[in-house]
Amino acid sequence: MFAAAVTSGLVLGGMYALIAMGLTLQYGVARIMNLAHGELMIAAAFAAFWLFTSAAVNPLVGLLLVVPAAFAISWAIYRLLLIPLVARAPNRDALEVDSILATFGMLFVIQGVMLVMFGGAYYSYSFLAFPVTIAGATVAANRLLALAFAAVIGVALYLYLTRTRLGTAVRAVAVDPQSAPLVAIDVRATAALAFAFGGALVAAGGVLVSMFLTFNANIGVVFTMKALIVVIMGGVGNLLGCLVAGLILGLAETFVATFVDPGLTLATTYAIFLIILLVRPQGLFGTASR
Amino acid sequence: MSAPLLEVAGLTRRFGGLVAVDDISLSLQPGEIMGLLGPNGSGKSTVLNLISGALRPDHGSVRLNGHEIGAAAPHRIARLGVARTFQLVRVLGSLNCRENVLAGLAFGRDALWGHPAQQRADELLARVGLAGRANTATAELTYIDQKRLELARALALDPRLLLLDEWLAGLNPTELQDGIALVRSLRGEGLTILLVEHVMDAIRSLCDRCVVMNAGRKIAEGAPDAVLAEAEVIRAYLGDDDA
Amino acid sequence: MKPAFLLAAATVAVAVLATVPLYANGYQLSLAITLMNYTVLATAWTLFSGPTRYVSLATVAFFGIGAYTAAVLAERMAWPWILLIALAVGLAVALIVGLSTLRLSGVYFVIFTFGLAELIRQIVTWYEVNVTRTLGRYIFVGIDPADIYWQLLGLAVLVFAAGIVIRRSRLGLALRVIGDDETVARHVGINTTIAKVALFALSAAFMTLCGAVMAPRWTYIDPAIAFSPVVSFQVLIMALLGGVHRLYGPLFGVVPLVLLFEFLLARFPNHFSILVGLAFMLIVYAIPQGIVGFVERMVRRKGEAA
Repeated sequence: MFAAAVTSGLVLGGMYALIAMGLTLQYGVARIMNLAHGELMIAAAFAAFWLFTSAAVNPLVGLLLVVPAAFAISWAIYRLLLIPLVARAPNRDALEVDSILATFGMLFVIQGVMLVMFGGAYYSYSFLAFPVTIAGATVAANRLLALAFAAVIGVALYLYLTRTRLGTAVRAVAVDPQSAPLVAIDVRATAALAFAFGGALVAAGGVLVSMFLTFNANIGVVFTMKALIVVIMGGVGNLLGCLVAGLILGLAETFVATFVDPGLTLATTYAIFLIILLVRPQGLFGTASR
Repeated sequence: MSAPLLEVAGLTRRFGGLVAVDDISLSLQPGEIMGLLGPNGSGKSTVLNLISGALRPDHGSVRLNGHEIGAAAPHRIARLGVARTFQLVRVLGSLNCRENVLAGLAFGRDALWGHPAQQRADELLARVGLAGRANTATAELTYIDQKRLELARALALDPRLLLLDEWLAGLNPTELQDGIALVRSLRGEGLTILLVEHVMDAIRSLCDRCVVMNAGRKIAEGAPDAVLAEAEVIRAYLGDDDA
Repeated sequence: MKPAFLLAAATVAVAVLATVPLYANGYQLSLAITLMNYTVLATAWTLFSGPTRYVSLATVAFFGIGAYTAAVLAERMAWPWILLIALAVGLAVALIVGLSTLRLSGVYFVIFTFGLAELIRQIVTWYEVNVTRTLGRYIFVGIDPADIYWQLLGLAVLVFAAGIVIRRSRLGLALRVIGDDETVARHVGINTTIAKVALFALSAAFMTLCGAVMAPRWTYIDPAIAFSPVVSFQVLIMALLGGVHRLYGPLFGVVPLVLLFEFLLARFPNHFSILVGLAFMLIVYAIPQGIVGFVERMVRRKGEAA
């Protein structure tokens, strides 16, 4: 039971980490607090579901279709809807407030569209749902696969951000958007790129999660909530922090669900958040502001 | 010699890999005016921020009248009698001049409110040369008048220690003489002043002693004329050729 | 406008509003209650989020605490005690949220409040399912709609009075200083955290009482009903439409939107979420300063041109 909880916890944590990585790019680089993040994830899940059930496209192949689409859509959202806010914001705090409000509205629009298309019913599909025994615990193959993919995507992202010029530009803007232009970095284009990447990541998470999660049009907000908390816990803009925080959250939730009560998962998340707020608000890997 | 008003010992602060303030120690006697000098980026403003509570020290101590204030929050330090002006002047935009001073009067150690506060605010405005401007909006003030207002707000706290962060910067010669005279007049009222300054005239005419910083470290201390003649100080400001 | 004139006008307005239950029919009174409810909630929201610019997404968390507490205690004690206990619970939660997030930048507060209603709903559900074993409460208190309306009117008067009193007080000055420059605020001796927490607690108190007063309107209430997320969103959009820089701003958002939402819910129930989301985004992009802010800017421009 313990081993199963650890394995499930790591899988869940890996999913949280992947989703949060997208958000930490969007907030850390583009300074957009995207409250509609979870809606894009669920939209991707619905897309994967639709591809699988209507066109017999398996979700791993579906990734190749959904992720670039999500990248393009996110990039379009940034250029059309968020650039006007960036242009009119007198400072970063004002942009934050504006982006919170705008994405809050977007949340209701996207959720509303999904409700109209799919109603409030729960959906799921079965793909590679056979059990696999690993380290003495039994886990569904699709969960393991999801974790493996998340790990690959995470590593790829890390390498991209640390080994390529564009990736380094992204990190530079996250650290200091005021100085970045001084070294010929186009902050606006980099922010758009980061935002689009963030959308692609969360869509990847949505497709992977759809393999084993039963979802409906309303649960996007819960994932947004948790992603936000993981981002803060790890330190804004810090990918490694996202990973560690995501895993901690996944493990904590699974342990509470297994050994205490499954109805207290959100309470667990918030308890951890509260501790971070009181003890180390800059996050595990963040730098103190004062 | 009486006990120092301000004692800074081993003060250190890092920002990531940069050591902005490196093992700085200084001490101010009550009624002194001390200058904190150094080229740009030497860490002078950071020292002021560490004293006023805007930043926390990584190491070292800051004592006010023997009281450790290094880790205290800025509002507590303000109430203990430390007031400051800012390098980029920060007047409160949505308040008029009188209200700006009221902001300094209402929350300090011996807080004033209501009619007594309004009277005192007008007195302070007159003191800094802004008599009759109580109802003026801050947007209509000239640069030096904004600085005067900020000084009035700082004085409203009835401080024992006044930190001036390049308060005399950016002034034309007439304004500079007025400013120097104003600061000098504060000394007689029992204030102790630590000023970060670049303007040499001001330093020579106001400061009893100076501390010179470069790249976070203290490189000289003493009377202004002596310190400004030291080779290392000249090298710090002007480079090797002129030493 | 002279204060004495405004006070007289306000008193007359309140007196007139107080007579509504005497001649309104069932539907009209119900609409009046809805209008009054959102007036209290949106004004209480603006009381805090307006000056501090900390966006609270937790309105329904406090409303729900009030409503659910009233439902649980409904037949056990006198009404005034129920209100007092609901208030105490709401304040306790507000203090926890405020003390942990308001000493940090706004984004922590937003994140905390974003999930707060859902969190409390989960905890209440868990408690009801596992401890009291009754999910969902029936309310049969002898309070008729007119009483609900008058209590809400009383709360509305109180929330405006509170705003005016605060504005003239030291707390009001502290909040204006914080709004202009929080660093300066700290350096003139203002404990900015306590100021913000005090204001947030007050705002939450009004929302909690509002929920408690509204509870008897439902004969059956369960956590999903009490903590419905769309309420937080509606309050936010009303405040934004009206304008959050003046305490009377939200009024201009409450009235048109309550009517609009009634219309949309009746005609396009399935598309409600989309339409409301689009309306909200329209406000954020086109009139971010709200109706009141827009009018004030126009007046100022005419004054400058003259």
